[in-house]
Amino acid sequence: MQEASLVLNKYEEDFDNLSSISPEWSSNLRNKAMDTFREIGFPVRRKGNEKWKYTNARPIANIEYSSAKFEEIDLDDIKLIAPWHESWINLLFVNGHYQETFPGSLSTNIQISNMASNDLVANLTSNVGGIMDYSDDGFAALNTAFMSDGPIITVPEGENSGIVINLIFFNQGLSDTVNYPRVLITTGGNSIVSVIENYVGGSGDQTFTNSVSEIYVGEDATVNHYRLMNETDDTYDVGYGRVRIDTNGAFNSRSFFRGCGIGRYDLNVSIEGENASCDLQGLYFTNDAQHMDNFINIDHVRPNCQSNLFYKGILAGRSRAVFGGTVLVRKEAQKTNSVQSDKNLILSPHAEVDSKPALFIYADDVKCAHGATAGNIDADTVFYMRSRGIDLEAASRLIIYGFAGEIIDKVEIPELRSYLAESFLTSLPSHKFEF
Amino acid sequence: MSNSQKLIEIKDLHVSVAETEILKGINLSIGLGEVHAIMGPNGSGKSTLANVIAGRPGYSVISGDIVYKGSSILEVAPEIRARAGIFLAFQYPVELPGVRTWQFLKAAIDAIRKGNGQEELKIRDFDKLLEEKRQLMEMDPDLVRRSVNEGFSGGEKKRNEILQLALLDPSLALLDETDSGLDIDALRIVSHGVNIFKSPEKAILIVTHYQRILDYITPDYVHVLVDGKIVRSGDSSLAMELEEKGYDWVKDTAGKEVTP
Ligand SMILES: Nc1ncnc2c1ncn2[C@@H]1O[C@H](COP(=O)(O)OP(=O)(O)OP(=O)(O)O)[C@@H](O)[C@H]1O
Ligand SMILES: [Mg+2]
Repeated sequence: MQEASLVLNKYEEDFDNLSSISPEWSSNLRNKAMDTFREIGFPVRRKGNEKWKYTNARPIANIEYSSAKFEEIDLDDIKLIAPWHESWINLLFVNGHYQETFPGSLSTNIQISNMASNDLVANLTSNVGGIMDYSDDGFAALNTAFMSDGPIITVPEGENSGIVINLIFFNQGLSDTVNYPRVLITTGGNSIVSVIENYVGGSGDQTFTNSVSEIYVGEDATVNHYRLMNETDDTYDVGYGRVRIDTNGAFNSRSFFRGCGIGRYDLNVSIEGENASCDLQGLYFTNDAQHMDNFINIDHVRPNCQSNLFYKGILAGRSRAVFGGTVLVRKEAQKTNSVQSDKNLILSPHAEVDSKPALFIYADDVKCAHGATAGNIDADTVFYMRSRGIDLEAASRLIIYGFAGEIIDKVEIPELRSYLAESFLTSLPSHKFEF
Repeated sequence: MSNSQKLIEIKDLHVSVAETEILKGINLSIGLGEVHAIMGPNGSGKSTLANVIAGRPGYSVISGDIVYKGSSILEVAPEIRARAGIFLAFQYPVELPGVRTWQFLKAAIDAIRKGNGQEELKIRDFDKLLEEKRQLMEMDPDLVRRSVNEGFSGGEKKRNEILQLALLDPSLALLDETDSGLDIDALRIVSHGVNIFKSPEKAILIVTHYQRILDYITPDYVHVLVDGKIVRSGDSSLAMELEEKGYDWVKDTAGKEVTP
């Protein structure tokens, strides 16, 4: 166990360095979280570790990462790897640290502050850490212990300018470094906002991205949330999304994952007001030895709410994907309407998915359904296309794009949709058909 | 028999699927400009024959040959056969979720053109062509915007097959029960599409159970396939006779013919 303590020493050292510069409001949070992290460590236990049953966190726990430092990045490099539009509010973070805001061409009353700033008023910071419960989760505790920078987005009541906020967290790929993006979005009554979170970058060196986003959806408010992960095989990425929805609120999430070495997104949505809804859709691609784990929980607390959970995966190489989708319908949550499904297209005999949709229903008047499928490209489908002159390679591309298109087409921001269709999808690793 | 130039010649073809022999010595030649109909009871091997000509994987040709435009195609990949002008209208057209009809047909027509040394079709020219064929097949404009065959009715799928025939303009059309499941209007539209395709440079093989499509598209020859063999061939009057007397009649007479 000598090795493990060495690794933890490195975190202690970085924690002390950060403590000397961090503002008071965050020190309190950070100290508590560090205590928890010291106590529970990384989720590497082999037994009784249900939440991490299909993903081995050990490779992440075993590396001696140090906190990544800021370095200014040329905007042109960013535009190659992340979606970008002049009309959006684009915020750039490098290695977890703020670089610059490009305010976009539209006017808005949305307030965006930076956690690192020293003069934040208390009502901005009071919600940080309010949803993320890290008490039994070492990675979430670690992010909280090391949070130092990140956007605090406050959407005022009635704000509906249709603005898109594009958050780019660029990981420069410095060897053996970890970066800790942290996001807080709070929306007032009757507002609408769209936010894109991009976790991009990496290199041939080992890096680790450990992020937490907290999102409050206010009464009658709508949050359209997009999340893109596009990192390298040598990157590990463990991210959290924590969402609370108030009465009549709507949370629409579209997530896109290009597998990294080990990727995990833990999304937890708590529907706490009546007539609220969440619609969570996602698409993941894995190739080679990549591993991607989507761990999703929807908690129906109040009656008359809806949830839709719809994910699709495309797996090649020797890759693994995990889909854990759990919907909890509490006793009080009568008239809940919930659907969940996970569909996988398996392109290689060596790729595997563990798809575990689950429903726990304690109310008696509900409509719920769930299902999961995993299949290869159908031989009849391929022959149909070949019989029209289309060769195997082109046929496979049409089939894969068609499969992915079902999720991509649901993206309501046109520039983002075409970005996904053109850049994200066309850079899919090519693969050979095996029949 | 006609002395027209042969487009395809099937010679003593034996085909098996999963160790079971399905086609047991088929001989069939189709000349340019000709329409042939194949009839026969369920499971007799009609679709097998059409699929083997189109190159569907999964069938083993035990012996015999298929000669198309003068060369054997047994070793030729299905997409290459398609580019050389062989077209199969499927008995059960496949749904392609997420693949738009427009996109699919553009990919097909360009693949065929490139295979024949032509340039890709310009988008505007393709749109014009597709619209023309859509109108010919009286298809709802919404259908060509949707995913290929997804959620199409049985009849719409069959019409979509003939739309593809009209668009891709092959040399040999293999129509596997394209008439099954069509209402009276759709049958007329589909037959019209096939008749427009019909020309002295093309040939058509229609697999059907019913006389009614043959009222629209008159065959030059009718063949009866029973248990993997063509047991009887004749002109269009044979179809009418079959309709009246059923397959037992040919089975009986066929029995007499083959027993020494
Ligand atoms: N892939 C396969 N595996 C096993 N048997 C097969 C396969 N394909 C066809 N067969 C068998 O071959 C025989 C001929 O089938 P085919 O589909 O060619 O008949 P058909 O004449 O087209 O019949 P129908 O009029 O019902 O369409 C049938 O007994 C069928 O069960
Ligand atoms: Mg058949």
